[in-house]
Amino acid sequence: MTAQVGVVTFPGSLDDGDAVRAVRLAGAAPVRLWHAEARLHQVDAVILPGGFSYGDYLRCGAIARFAPVMELIAMAARDGLPVLGICNGFQILCEAHLLPGALTRNQHLHFRNRDQKLRVESTSTAWTNTFGDRQELLIPVKNGEGRYVADRRTLDELEAEGRVVARYVGGNPNGSLHDIAAISNEKGNVVGMMPHPEHAVEELTGPSTDGLGFFTSLLKYLTGVPT
Amino acid sequence: MARVVVDVMLKPEILDPQGQAVANALPRLGVTGVTSVRIGRRVEIEFEAPEGAEEGDDAVARRAREIADKLLANPVIEDYAIRWDEA
Repeated sequence: MTAQVGVVTFPGSLDDGDAVRAVRLAGAAPVRLWHAEARLHQVDAVILPGGFSYGDYLRCGAIARFAPVMELIAMAARDGLPVLGICNGFQILCEAHLLPGALTRNQHLHFRNRDQKLRVESTSTAWTNTFGDRQELLIPVKNGEGRYVADRRTLDELEAEGRVVARYVGGNPNGSLHDIAAISNEKGNVVGMMPHPEHAVEELTGPSTDGLGFFTSLLKYLTGVPT
Repeated sequence: MARVVVDVMLKPEILDPQGQAVANALPRLGVTGVTSVRIGRRVEIEFEAPEGAEEGDDAVARRAREIADKLLANPVIEDYAIRWDEA
C-alpha cells in the first residue's frame, strides 16, 4: 500500500504546500493534518513544514509545541514514528524536546535566503538512507533564526553518536555551531533540518533535485519497517 | 488580582547578536564606554487571586513558575526571574 505521509499545517505555516508536493513526487500519499485536530489519521510518517507558526510569537516553535496535533506527534515519535521537521519544523522539534538544543537568531542578524551546499554526515536515519556517504547536496536555506546552539556536552554527544545528519559546506549561513544543518534523535526516526529539501525536488523550480532524497529515503525506510 | 513579572534573559554564555547590534550602534549616538548590551523579554501576568491572597502567595507563585518553565523561557538558552509587581 502507498505510504501515507502527514503534513501538518499550523496557522502561519508556509511550506506545507511544497512539502505535500514533494511527498507526492516521491511516490507517497500526502495527508493534510490540521494543528487543532488531535488526529493523526494512521499516517506512516509526519512532516512539520517551514513557516512562522503562530507568528513566531514568544520564540519560534514555542507555541506550536502545544498544538493538539503536536502532543500526539510527540508521543508517536517517541514510539518510532518517522518525523521530519524542516526549518520552523526543526524549531518546533527542539521546543518539544524531541531533539536537543535550540535555534537562535542568525549570528549576523540577517535573514539568509540562498542555495546552500550541504554534506550528508549520517545516512542511517529514516530520512537520509538513500544518500551516499558524505554526499554533497544543493538545497535552499531561508531563515532568520537558524543558528543551532547546544551546550558542549550535547554537541559532543551528537558528534560521538553520529547524530549530526548534515553540515553546511562552502560557508555557514547563520553561525550554527559545528556548521550543523541537521540532527537526529537517538533512534534516527526524528530529524530536524534548517534547509528546505521540499524546495529542491524539481528542475523547474529548485536549484537541484537533491531534496527528493529525503522523501524517497523515508519510503525505503518504511518498506523495511514491519507493520 | 495578583500581578507577576517574569524577566526572561538569554543565558550569559549564549550569544546575543541583537544586543551586540545595539551596542555597536551606540557610538553613532555619541555614547561611549558601553561594554555590553543584552536584550531580554519582560512578561507581565495577571492572576485572579483568591480572596485574601497576599504578595508572595504560594499558589500564584507556583503557577507563575509553571508558566515560565513550560512556555515563557526555553531552559536550553534562557534563564528567568519571577517577581511581584509593585504597581
